Amino acid sequence: MNMLTNTDFTLSIEDLTVSFDGFKAVDNLNFYLDKNELHVVIGPNGAGKTTVLDLICGKTKATSGSIKFLNHELTGLSEHAIVRAGVGRKFQTPSIYENLTVLENLEVSYPYGRGVFGSLMFKRNEKVLNKINEIAKEIMLDHALDTEAGLLSHGQKQWLEIGMLLIQDPQLLMLDEPVAGMSVKEREQTAELLNKISQGRSVLVIEHDMEFVARIAHKVTVLHQGKILATGDMETVQNDPKVIEVYLGH
Amino acid sequence: MSFVYEKLMGGKKGLIGFIILAALILVIFPLFLDSFRLNLVGKYLTYAFAAVSLVLLWGYGGILSLGQGIFFGLGGYAMAMFLKLEASSPENTAIQSTPGIPDFMDWNQITELPWFWEPFTSFTFTVLAVLIIPAAFAYLIGAAMFKRRVGGVYFAIITQVIAVILTVLIVGQQGLTGGINGITDLRTLNGWDITSDSAKNIFYFVNCILLLAVILASRVILTSKFGRILLAVRDKEDRVRFSGYDVANFKIFVFCFAAMISAIGGAMFTLQVGFMSPSFVGIVPSIEMVIFAAVGGRMSLIGAVYGTLLINFGKTTFSESFPEMWLFLIGGLFIAVVMLFPNGLAGLWDDYGHHITHKLRFITKGVSKLIPQSMLRKVEDTRS
Ligand SMILES: Nc1ncnc2c1ncn2[C@@H]1O[C@H](COP(=O)(O)OP(=O)(O)O)[C@@H](O)[C@H]1O
Ligand SMILES: [Mg+2]
Repeated sequence: MNMLTNTDFTLSIEDLTVSFDGFKAVDNLNFYLDKNELHVVIGPNGAGKTTVLDLICGKTKATSGSIKFLNHELTGLSEHAIVRAGVGRKFQTPSIYENLTVLENLEVSYPYGRGVFGSLMFKRNEKVLNKINEIAKEIMLDHALDTEAGLLSHGQKQWLEIGMLLIQDPQLLMLDEPVAGMSVKEREQTAELLNKISQGRSVLVIEHDMEFVARIAHKVTVLHQGKILATGDMETVQNDPKVIEVYLGH
Repeated sequence: MSFVYEKLMGGKKGLIGFIILAALILVIFPLFLDSFRLNLVGKYLTYAFAAVSLVLLWGYGGILSLGQGIFFGLGGYAMAMFLKLEASSPENTAIQSTPGIPDFMDWNQITELPWFWEPFTSFTFTVLAVLIIPAAFAYLIGAAMFKRRVGGVYFAIITQVIAVILTVLIVGQQGLTGGINGITDLRTLNGWDITSDSAKNIFYFVNCILLLAVILASRVILTSKFGRILLAVRDKEDRVRFSGYDVANFKIFVFCFAAMISAIGGAMFTLQVGFMSPSFVGIVPSIEMVIFAAVGGRMSLIGAVYGTLLINFGKTTFSESFPEMWLFLIGGLFIAVVMLFPNGLAGLWDDYGHHITHKLRFITKGVSKLIPQSMLRKVEDTRS
């Protein structure tokens, strides 16, 4: 039975709908994500991009449809179970622990000692510190391990949150507007970071900045009023008349 | 060794704070206070258990419980039931129509010890009950609330409602609980007269040591990864959830632990004061406990103890002369602290403490220069 529906996709979303009091924020969506694919979702404000991520990570419950991650159904699982299955998500506004240091932020995100007693017994040993240092270097915060996260710049906070996901080594990484509020230089560094971390996993990015999208995307999907308008490589999408009309034309 | 230093003491600063507190309550108070006043301080220090529990729960976990009196009361009542049964031996109660049961039961025409009183004839059971019943009750409340993601103001109100219900139950079931008067006339613990000065002194020290132990245990929790997760939940609950944690379990655990701590305080209250009554269960004591923690500094385990002592010294002093003013005063103080000094006494100490220690060092240096060396030597001679 299952054999028939099993796919090679990391993520396969079928007929997904969510309605808020009759308003369909996501409307009968079908979406597939390959292994090693970096896929960017664009679309005007209110198109339903963030809601799609909310549905995948369990923050919002779907009205109908299916979300399969590595052939496991995610709808109905609790948020922490979805994370433990290998799905990491960065929020649109940087969501870090402002009162903890960079090191502590990464430590809290370290995927061991996740139970109550596990966390009481958890030891900050060599292995943990090595992993934290490795990730900190990757997100360019290795010089700031003891800095309170609230003191970081906006861009650094975005990186820290990405690092907090990376330390869990998720198979699917979802980033909601990762370069919002970043300087040109920081955007470049982030593009480099994303290209690096998309190796060996699937990445789903939501972004507005077209220049940035062009730089990172393997594939682009345009969402409009909860529906997919176009999907393909950057060039195809940019030249699609429907897309030009509703989105790029603005 | 480094584990003890870092985890238990919280480094140098934590160690100094802990030693000062231990010296104050274990040495200075017993040296300078008479038996009556020492017993009074001992009573205040039982409230400090609840204040410390609120540092964990509210300060770190962001979970405001306005019902810690529930657990203080459950611990206190468990101990009181044991002591009451011992005081109600058939010989002591021979004049009752049913000898061998607590006097208030007899007054309420109860002729048989209720089933839930039976196990409290055992001291071992009672000690376990003090620790486990409040924690189990907290587990039920916590599981019902936190699994459903009830938090913030709603949780605070619900704990408050439970405190009211429990008070009403205790007051209403006079024959089973002693009603509004509580459980009084407690005299002996396993045959040992607890009303004597020597017993009260011993309880004072037991209480202090338990309080210090509770502070150390709390420090171990707060310095573990659990403690950082607790802070993280307070600041960004969703992020913790989406980092793979089942947040409710962490809240339930800290709520149970806080309940257990408060209950130890309640049991020690009963032992030192010699009675337990519903006036330590309801809204007012529960809110007072929050004020103790707020004034002491809700992020400071040790500050909570000072906050408790300060407010209670104040209460005793003021409520004697202006009883009707006290409520306004403490209410005003609470608002002032929350608005002006959100970190309470501990925050003030962190901000200005080094000025004081610096001055003290300066003064002691100056004084030691003023005293001729020969005199110092003489002092040493007389000591040896
Ligand atoms: N929990 C919710 N309840 C009601 N409406 C919602 C909810 N979440 C999102 N929406 C609505 O769904 C639409 C899509 O929002 P969103 O996914 O945030 O758009 P964006 O593409 O800008 O990220 C918006 O009109 C928004 O108001
Ligand atoms: Mg959005």
